[in-house]
Formats: sequence, C-alpha cells, structure tokens
Amino acid sequence: MGADKYILRVEDIHKAYGDREVLKGVSFNVRKGETKVFIGPSGTGKSTLLRCINQLTLPDQGRVFLNDEEVTNSGTRINYFRQKIGMVFQNFYLFDHLTAVRNVEVALLKVKKMDAAAAREKALEELRRVGMEDWADHYPAELSGGQAQRVSIARALAMDPDVILFDEPTSALDPELTREVLEVMKNLARQGMTMLVVTHEMGFALSVANEVLFMEHGKVVERGTPAQLLNDPAFTRTKNFIGKFRDYNEE
Amino acid sequence: MDIIIILLDWIPYLFLGLLQTLGLVLASLAVGLIFGLPMALGQIYGNRLIKSVISVYVWFFRGLPVIVLLFLFFFGIFPSLNMSSVPPFVVAVVVLGLRGAAYQSQIFRGAIQSISEGQMTAARSLGMTRFQAIRHVILPQALRIALPGWSNEYPTVLTDTAICYAIGVQELLTRATYMVAQTYITMPIYLAIAGVYILLNYAGMKALNMLEKKTSIPGFGQGAL
Repeated sequence: MGADKYILRVEDIHKAYGDREVLKGVSFNVRKGETKVFIGPSGTGKSTLLRCINQLTLPDQGRVFLNDEEVTNSGTRINYFRQKIGMVFQNFYLFDHLTAVRNVEVALLKVKKMDAAAAREKALEELRRVGMEDWADHYPAELSGGQAQRVSIARALAMDPDVILFDEPTSALDPELTREVLEVMKNLARQGMTMLVVTHEMGFALSVANEVLFMEHGKVVERGTPAQLLNDPAFTRTKNFIGKFRDYNEE
Repeated sequence: MDIIIILLDWIPYLFLGLLQTLGLVLASLAVGLIFGLPMALGQIYGNRLIKSVISVYVWFFRGLPVIVLLFLFFFGIFPSLNMSSVPPFVVAVVVLGLRGAAYQSQIFRGAIQSISEGQMTAARSLGMTRFQAIRHVILPQALRIALPGWSNEYPTVLTDTAICYAIGVQELLTRATYMVAQTYITMPIYLAIAGVYILLNYAGMKALNMLEKKTSIPGFGQGAL
C-alpha cells in the first residue's frame, strides 16, 4: 500500500433522527499526519459525523475503518478502537472529581492497565506537552476554560491515539483562551498528529489544515486545500461562508 | 435519691438495649446501601423489566407503614417460610433494611442522574466499558452528591428502630418499657432514653458531616444547581 495507505477511511455515513436526516452520505479518507478541518453552518451534521467515527453515535448506514480494521459493527472491540481514536469536546468533559493529572491517567490505569508509576509519568509528560504541568494537582473547577481544554487534549494524547477528533474545541472559549488552545493544536499538527477538527476558527482552518471540507445539510459540498478554497473561483459557497465570518469578526 | 440508685442498677440492662438499637441502625443502613445502590443503577441503566420490578418494589416498601411491614414479615412471611424461629432482631433488620433500600435507591438515583451526560461520553470515548465508566467516573461523583441526602437516612432509621418494640426486639424502648413495668418509675426512664436517642443522633450526624467534609472536592457539587 505504501504512501497510499490511509489511517482512517470513512465511507458513506448516513444518520437520521426521526425524519430529520443529519448526515446524507459522507465519505473521506485520512492519511497519517494529516489535519482535516470541517467547516460549515451550525446543524449540518459536523459534530454528528465525528461521533459516528468513534461510534458514540451509531450511524444508520456506512462504514468506518481504522488501519483497515472495521470500527463500525465491531461489538465490544469498539472499546479498543476508542483508545486509538481520541476525542476532545466543546465542553471539555473533564472528570470533575479528579485532579488534572488524574484525569489524564485514569484511562491509562483502568483501560490500558498500566502500573501506577508509569501512568503518572506518562500523564505528567502529556500535561507538559500542553503546558499544564504546573496545574497537575488542580481540580477542573479550579481551571480556566482554556486550561481545562488543554488538560482534555492531554487526556486524549495520553492514550497514544492514531487520530484525534476535535469537536468544536474552542467554541466555549473567549478569544484569548481560544488562542492558547489553538496554539497547542497547531503544535500537535506540526508534530505529525493526525487530526479531524470541527471548528468555526477560519484562521486555524486556513493555516493548519491539509484539507478543508465544507459541509452543508448533511453533505460535504466542497473540499480542497486552503489555497484552493481561497483562490479557486469554483469554491463559491465556501468563500461566501468564510466571508461571512470575516465580516463578522471585523465589525 | 432512691430513684437514682434504682436506675443505676438497671444501667447494664439498658446498655444492652443501646447496643441492640445501634446494631439495628448500622445493619439496616448497610442492607439498605447494599440493595439500594444496585437498585438505583438498575433503574437508570437497566432494561424495561428491571426498571418496572424496581419501581414496584420501591412503591411497595415506601407505601406501607413500618409497623405494618414488621407485622407482615414477623407474623406472615417468615412463619410461612418455616422460619418462625428467626429472632425478632433479624426480622427487624430485614424490614428496616429492605425499606431503607427503597428510600436509598431514590437518593442514589437522583444523584446519578444529576451527573452530566458528558462525563459518561468522555469516559466511553477513552475506551472505558460502561461498567468501568460507572465505577470510576459516575459513582465517585454521584456518591459525593448523594451523601447529604443519604445522611438523612440515619436519623430516620434510628427513630424507626423504636417501632421494633412491637415485635419484641430487645432494643432501647422495649427495655425501657420493661424497666417502667418493674420499677413504676415512668418519666425519668423515658426522659433518659430520649436523651440517649438525641445523643446517638447527634454523634451520627457529626460523623456523617465529617465524612462529607473529608470527601469534598474543591468546586465540586457546590453551586452546581
């Protein structure tokens, strides 16, 4: 397979809630080290798409493969795949009863069954990677939103995942905190982490993404490199969408 | 003065009653915990059958007066199972324990349901099984939230133990009543055991408050509502 080997393949994902079709057949492939950014209006299924990848939401139709192994319909092996597919949430979802370092190490201890010393060392290393080692013994309630999100990124990283899904990681943060989280994500992209990112941060999308996928009404309507989206006249809908954000941000 | 000398003689007798009362409280709370917590989990995570069986259970045990339950078990259920020789103390623990389980299950259910959905989602996203997520993420939070409400069970069960007098458990009130019959001293004896109940109540609540403080986590469970 060589250079063409895809780490993640997503094939024709459909999802409906009652009569409302949220995803109408989404497919894409991801190579190791790639960052793909999903943009588009709210309610077009971007978050649902991410949750269908690690099966937190079960798709009605379509298949997902991680390293050529099927993730969909994998029964209890899904718990193995989820270790390999990290996820970062809009509202962080840190475990409220655990300190930062214990948030990072709990899955190492309970899921990976690492011994206590090795798990602690790994957890501290990941906290260092996101600049949170000084906050290791603080509880989530004592952290700012940006700090909490960085801890949750460390928690995902600690499992040594093949890919990390970011579900609007900065949407709950003010601009300053957004910047500190985006900084961490940019570094990860540079270090070769494979990432799928749903975001409204156009600057991040255009500067970090290998490919931007513009979704509308449950479908990927336009996709291309950031340069194509900005310069190629064919990408009118994406440009309109990005333009709206720019106008708003400049007001 | 005579009264005091007479009462002093009875202290060992009354002390045994105190032990019985304490034993009743602790055993009943333990039975309630052992059955109540799984019932709460069953009511939230179980299938329809499990949920409805638990609802009927809760409805039954919360719907009958304690004394009626005691009589049903002592004169009905235990004898019909050929267990008439079971001591009243055990019957009382079974009744107060199973009744406590009904109340405790609802305390735990409320606490578990107050934990945000995101906690389970995040745990599962890391590869935890549902059981692991409940064990390591949901319960440690829910039990902390449940503790103040659960503490309320202690005085409830403590005061309920006096009703076990009705089936002849040798607890405080039973023994006090026997003393009254023997000595014709009434108010001093009942005042004395009232004092004992108050003291037990105070000590237990103090201990539970300390447990609450000891297990509290900065910023957790305060002002969440």
